[in-house]
Amino acid sequence: MTRFLLTRLTSLILTLLAASVVIFLVVEVVPGDVASVMLGLNAEPEAVAALREELGLNAPAHVRYLTWVSGLFTGDFGQSHTYRVPVSELIADRLWVSLPLAIYALALSTFIAIPVGLIAATRAGKATDTGIMGLTQLGIAVPNFWFAMFLVLIFAINLRWFPSGGFPGWDEGLWQGIIALTLPAIALAVQQASIMARVTRSATLETLGQDYIRTARAKGLSQRQTVIRHAMRNALIPVLTILGLQFSFLLAGAIIIENVFFLPGLGRLIFQAITQNDLIVVKSVVMLLVFAIVTVNFLVDVAYAAVDPRLRRRA
Amino acid sequence: MIDTRNLSLSIGETEILHDVSFSIAPGEVFGLVGESGSGKSMTALAMMGLLPSGGIATGQISLEGEDLLHLSETQMCDLRGRQLGMIFQEPMTALNPVQTIGDQVAETLIVHGVAQRSEAKEIARERLNRVGLTEDRFPLSRYPHELSGGQRQRVCIALAIALRPKILIADEPTTALDVTTQAGILELLLELVRDEGMALMLITHDLAVTAQIADRVAVMEKGRIVEQNTTRTLFETRKHAYTRALFAASTHQPSREARVEDTPLLSVTKAVRDYRLPRRTVFGKTPLFRAVNEVSFDIRRGESLGLVGESGCGKSTLTRAILGLEPLQGGRITLNGDDISTGMTPDLRAKMQVVFQDPYGSFNPRHTVARIIAEPFHLMGRPVDAEDQIARALTEVGLTPDDMRKYPHEFSGGQRQRIAIARALITRPELILLDEAVSALDVRVRAQVLDLLADLQASHDLSYLFVSHDLSVVRRITDRVMVMKSGEIVESGETEAVFQNPQHTYTQTLIAAAPAIPEDWTHGAQDAG
Repeated sequence: MTRFLLTRLTSLILTLLAASVVIFLVVEVVPGDVASVMLGLNAEPEAVAALREELGLNAPAHVRYLTWVSGLFTGDFGQSHTYRVPVSELIADRLWVSLPLAIYALALSTFIAIPVGLIAATRAGKATDTGIMGLTQLGIAVPNFWFAMFLVLIFAINLRWFPSGGFPGWDEGLWQGIIALTLPAIALAVQQASIMARVTRSATLETLGQDYIRTARAKGLSQRQTVIRHAMRNALIPVLTILGLQFSFLLAGAIIIENVFFLPGLGRLIFQAITQNDLIVVKSVVMLLVFAIVTVNFLVDVAYAAVDPRLRRRA
Repeated sequence: MIDTRNLSLSIGETEILHDVSFSIAPGEVFGLVGESGSGKSMTALAMMGLLPSGGIATGQISLEGEDLLHLSETQMCDLRGRQLGMIFQEPMTALNPVQTIGDQVAETLIVHGVAQRSEAKEIARERLNRVGLTEDRFPLSRYPHELSGGQRQRVCIALAIALRPKILIADEPTTALDVTTQAGILELLLELVRDEGMALMLITHDLAVTAQIADRVAVMEKGRIVEQNTTRTLFETRKHAYTRALFAASTHQPSREARVEDTPLLSVTKAVRDYRLPRRTVFGKTPLFRAVNEVSFDIRRGESLGLVGESGCGKSTLTRAILGLEPLQGGRITLNGDDISTGMTPDLRAKMQVVFQDPYGSFNPRHTVARIIAEPFHLMGRPVDAEDQIARALTEVGLTPDDMRKYPHEFSGGQRQRIAIARALITRPELILLDEAVSALDVRVRAQVLDLLADLQASHDLSYLFVSHDLSVVRRITDRVMVMKSGEIVESGETEAVFQNPQHTYTQTLIAAAPAIPEDWTHGAQDAG
C-alpha cells in the first residue's frame, strides 16, 4: 500500500510539473509578446514597454518560469492586470464560492444517485426501474441552465424560499451561504446525479451477474444482504471514476450556472480573465485547476486501492 | 435423506426438466452426468431454490420430510448454507475479490446467526485448516487473488461446509482445474463425505471423474434422467442408448494412421522467452520471468505432436512464439527452414494456422461466417474464387456452403469449432496449432471433431501441434508427445510409450492423477457407434 501511494504521489508531482511547463509555454512563449497581447493592438509602445518591465518579461524564459513556479509555492501568484489586486486574493475569494458549491452539488448528487441506482438495479426490468431510467434520461437531456431558471422561477420568484441569485459571502453566516448555494447546487446536481445513477445501476447489474453473487446466495444470504455486502463495494469502482470526473467538472465547469445565479466563482473569473486578456490570472487559475484535478484523481486512485485489494500491489 | 420426485421445470415457454427423480442417502456420493444443456445445473439450482427469474418448478424436493419447493424465500435462505451447501465450476470468479477469505468463510456462520464475529473467525480458521489451507500459508487476511484456482476452490468448499450441511452440491467442481489439482479436490470431497457424514451430489460431464468417486450415478439427457444405478453396474451394463453413446464418445479413438515423413517441418531450437516483471524499485533492474527455457523439438511432416502440461507451464507462450506472435529472447524457430519471427512474411504466416479453445469468444459476432473464414486471405490477397474456396472449406469441415451467410450465434459450440477449423484450412496451411481446441466441447461433439481432425490430416497432409491439458485426448490423437513443466520439456517420446512407461516423475504424477474409468468396467455392454 505504501509503495502504491508513493508511486501515485510521484506521478502526481511529475504531472503537475509537466502541466506547469505546458501552461507557461502556451501563455508566455507561444502567442508572442504577453504585454502587447494584454494591452491590445492599439497600445502605445511605451505602455507595452512599461508593462513588460512590470511583468518582468525582460528576463530570460527559464528565469521567468522559475520565478512563477516558486511564486506558486509561496502563494505569490502575481498581480492581476485588470483588477490591480494580487491574483491569490482573487482566486481565494472565488474558491470560497466554487469549492463549497462543487462539494455541495457532488454530495447532493451522490446521495441521490447511489441509492436510486441500486434500487433500479435490484428491480431491473420492472416498472420502478423503467421509471427511474426515464427520469435520469430526462435529467441528462434537460440543459442545466434551463433547469436553473426553472428552479429560480418556482423556488425564488413564486415561493420565495431561496434567493434568486448572488452570494452574500460567508461572513453573513454559514446558513445564509448554504441557502444561497442551494438552488445552484441542485441545478448542477440533477445532471450529475442522473449520470451517476445510470452508472451505479449498470455497475451493480454487472456485479449481480458475477459468480461470487451466486456463491453468496448459496451461503444463505438474502437478495438484499447480497446486494449490500457483496455487490455494492464491487460496483463502487466505476462509480468512483465518475465521481472524480464530476468533481473536476463541477469545480471549473459551472460557468453557466454561476452566470445564471450571479455567483462570483472560479468559472466566471477565468471567463472574464480570458475576455480581458488578463493572462497572469489565466495562467494561475488554469494551474490551480490542474492541481485540483490531478489531486482529485490521486484521491480517486487511493480510493480504488482502498476498495479493491487487487490494485494495492500494482503500481 | 434428500428425495427429488417428478421434478419438472420450465422457464417461460421452454421446458428444462421433465420428471426428474432421484434420492441421495447420507454419506453417499451421487453423480449426475450429462452434456451441457442437459439440465444438470438447473436440477441443482432447483434444489437450492436459486432458479433464474421466471423459472417454475413442480414436483417435490424433500429434505428430511420438508418439501423445499413449498418453502418461502426466507425459509430457503435459512436452509441454504446451513443444510444445503453448493460449490461451483469457476473457482477463479466464485469468491468476492474485495473480501478476505476469512471474512467470506465467516460470513456463512454470521448470516445464520450461529456465531459472533470473533468466534466465526475461529471456526473459519478451523474450516480452512480442514480443507488443507493452513494458517502459516493462508492466514484469514488473504484475498482471493492471492490464491491459485485449486486453493480458491478449497475456500469455496470451506465456506460451503462451514455449517456442516447435510448435502453438498458440487457443480463441475474440478472442470476448470489441472489434473493434479483436480485429484486433490476430489480426494478432499471424499474425505469430507466420510468424516462428516455429508451427502455429495457431484455434477459433471466427465465420466471418468464419476467412475472414480461416485457411489451411484444418474445419466441426464435433455432434462430427463435416462438411467440411474450404482456406479459400477451402470458403467458395466450401460442399458440406455445415450449412456452407451456417451461412454463410446469418451473413449473414442479416431481412426488414423501415421504417415510421418522424416523431414522436419517446424524446428524449434533452444527457444527462450522472457517476460518482464514489474520493477521492484523505481530505478532498479527489471526482473525477468523465463516462461520458455531453451526448448528444442521438431515437428515432422504429417506428424501429430502433443504438448501437455498444467496451466502456467509455458505451453501457451510457446504456442504464441511458434505463431510468431511473441518475440524470442534466444534460440530460433523455423518453418521449412524459414525463420519465424514477429515480423515474418504473410506467405510464411499463411502456412501456419491456429484453432483456439473458446468457440464462443474467438469470432466477431457481427461478421458472417463467410467473412470470418475469409479473414486469413489478407495474408495472400483475396483469390478470385474466394467464395468457392469458402464453400469448399465449409464442406470439408462437415458444414454446408449455405452456412456462409449466417452469423456465429446461429451455431452450436461444436459447429463453431468446425468454423474455426475451416478458417484455419482456407490458406492451405502445412501446420495447424490446436490450442486446447476440443477442451470446451462435450464428449460426443469432441469425438466428432477429433474424427474430423484425423480425416483432414490424411486428406490435406497436415501436421498438428496439439496443445492440451487433457491427457486422454492427447493420447488418442498424437504420434508423439512432449510434457512441459516450468518452461521446460521434461519428457518427450512416442505417445504410447510415454503413457505406458513414463520416465520423468512429473509425467508419472500427471498420468496417475488423471481420472480414468477402470479397465474391467469397460467391457461387457455393446457400445453404440
